[in-house]
Amino acid sequence: MNLLTIMQQLLSGMVITVEIFVFTLLFSLPLGLVVAFGRMSKNGLIKTITKVYISIMRGTPLMLQLIVVYFGPTYVFHIKIGAGYRMVAVIIGFTLNYAAYFAEIFRSGIESMEVGQYEAAHILGYTKVQTFAHIIFPQVIKRILPPVTNEVITLVKDTSLAFVLAVAEMFTIAKQIAAAQATVVPLMVGGVFYFIFNFVVAWGMEQIEKKLSYYR
Amino acid sequence: MELLRINHLKKSFGALSVIKDFSLAVNEGEVVSIIGPSGSGKSTILRCATMLEKMDGGDLIYAGKAAAKDEGMGSVYASKAELKEIQRTFGLVFQNFNLFPHYSVLRNVMEPPVMTGLMSKEEAKEVAMKRLSQLGLADKADAYPYQLSGGQKQRVSIARALALSPKILFFDEPTSALDPELTAEVLKVIKDLAAQKMTMIIVTHEMQFARELSDRIIFMEHGIVRAEGSPEDIFCSDDARVKEFIGKLNA
Repeated sequence: MNLLTIMQQLLSGMVITVEIFVFTLLFSLPLGLVVAFGRMSKNGLIKTITKVYISIMRGTPLMLQLIVVYFGPTYVFHIKIGAGYRMVAVIIGFTLNYAAYFAEIFRSGIESMEVGQYEAAHILGYTKVQTFAHIIFPQVIKRILPPVTNEVITLVKDTSLAFVLAVAEMFTIAKQIAAAQATVVPLMVGGVFYFIFNFVVAWGMEQIEKKLSYYR
Repeated sequence: MELLRINHLKKSFGALSVIKDFSLAVNEGEVVSIIGPSGSGKSTILRCATMLEKMDGGDLIYAGKAAAKDEGMGSVYASKAELKEIQRTFGLVFQNFNLFPHYSVLRNVMEPPVMTGLMSKEEAKEVAMKRLSQLGLADKADAYPYQLSGGQKQRVSIARALALSPKILFFDEPTSALDPELTAEVLKVIKDLAAQKMTMIIVTHEMQFARELSDRIIFMEHGIVRAEGSPEDIFCSDDARVKEFIGKLNA
């Protein structure tokens, strides 16, 4: 089997990998912000719930979380699940997991903001929502970009965990070919794919950082 | 016309009583300076007057409208909507400027009137440019706060407060973060405002400045007013403590 055939076979997996990546980011970033608000809430119950949520998500393997999301409905609610649920379960599992990490990053950024920024906005007549949307959040984004980049890069590599629910992402296919043909070439090709993917991600994040470097 | 009245303000932080009893009435066009040693409660008074802190007891009245009333059970604040309305009466200049670093100088000054629905974008831009030129900052309109000196930053923050046309302007140690040269540049701006009959309440350590500028000076110590009067009353006071404080600063 030559390199071209291997790459052709991996292509469908790459699409799935990118899908997992994009949908996870799309859902986990906003959810992470919501969780961060819960974590910083003055309401003790909400604060405790989000704390427990974050500690479970960070304290157990993502692989196990995927399994729970996939089999949970069947075991707990006796709901019949179709094969189509596999990919959905992967996205849900990844989103819940990454939201916990993003929440802590958002929290660190929000809590690093000087109280004077809130006070100045308040005195100038900004509402709380305006203060957050126009004064606080834009500055938070700049501050949290480096740790967010770390997480995003980790996510690219974590997509390979989708194999546990038999979702044929790129690395799953690579492993299958490698086993069938008794060669490590597909795995190496997979490695190069992750590297290029992450190179692009890092480059993109760097562009955003540059764009936000107009102020200090 | 009386713009501000504070009656028997009391404020504690936990067990620590910071303001024991403070009253003040300020008429339109008056400049009042509050002086005194660190920890005397000067800044706390400003923070209570500008509603950044809640008073424990006492009345807070702006141009006849009560922001807080004390009927003997502690300060009871007006509704949120009323407070928002009253808040437009005053502006506050912070010790450390608190400019918005992600906005240009112009945007720092023009954004609040737009955000609060006071002006259209065009109007706000015009007002902002006018204020900036008045304060000698027209050429800095497109700069970002990090590119400015401390004195320029403080002038921008004054322009930002003025753009909302407050009736009273509070200053919380406006020059404490600045070196003497930059201090002079900011004090000149405040003097110009006084000449234009801007009503101002200034917490400061600049004794000479307070003396030249103020209609009235209040000397605070340990959360109470130790002395109050015209600059001459204070600077020629017989009160041993006031003498000592002013003497030390002049030495």
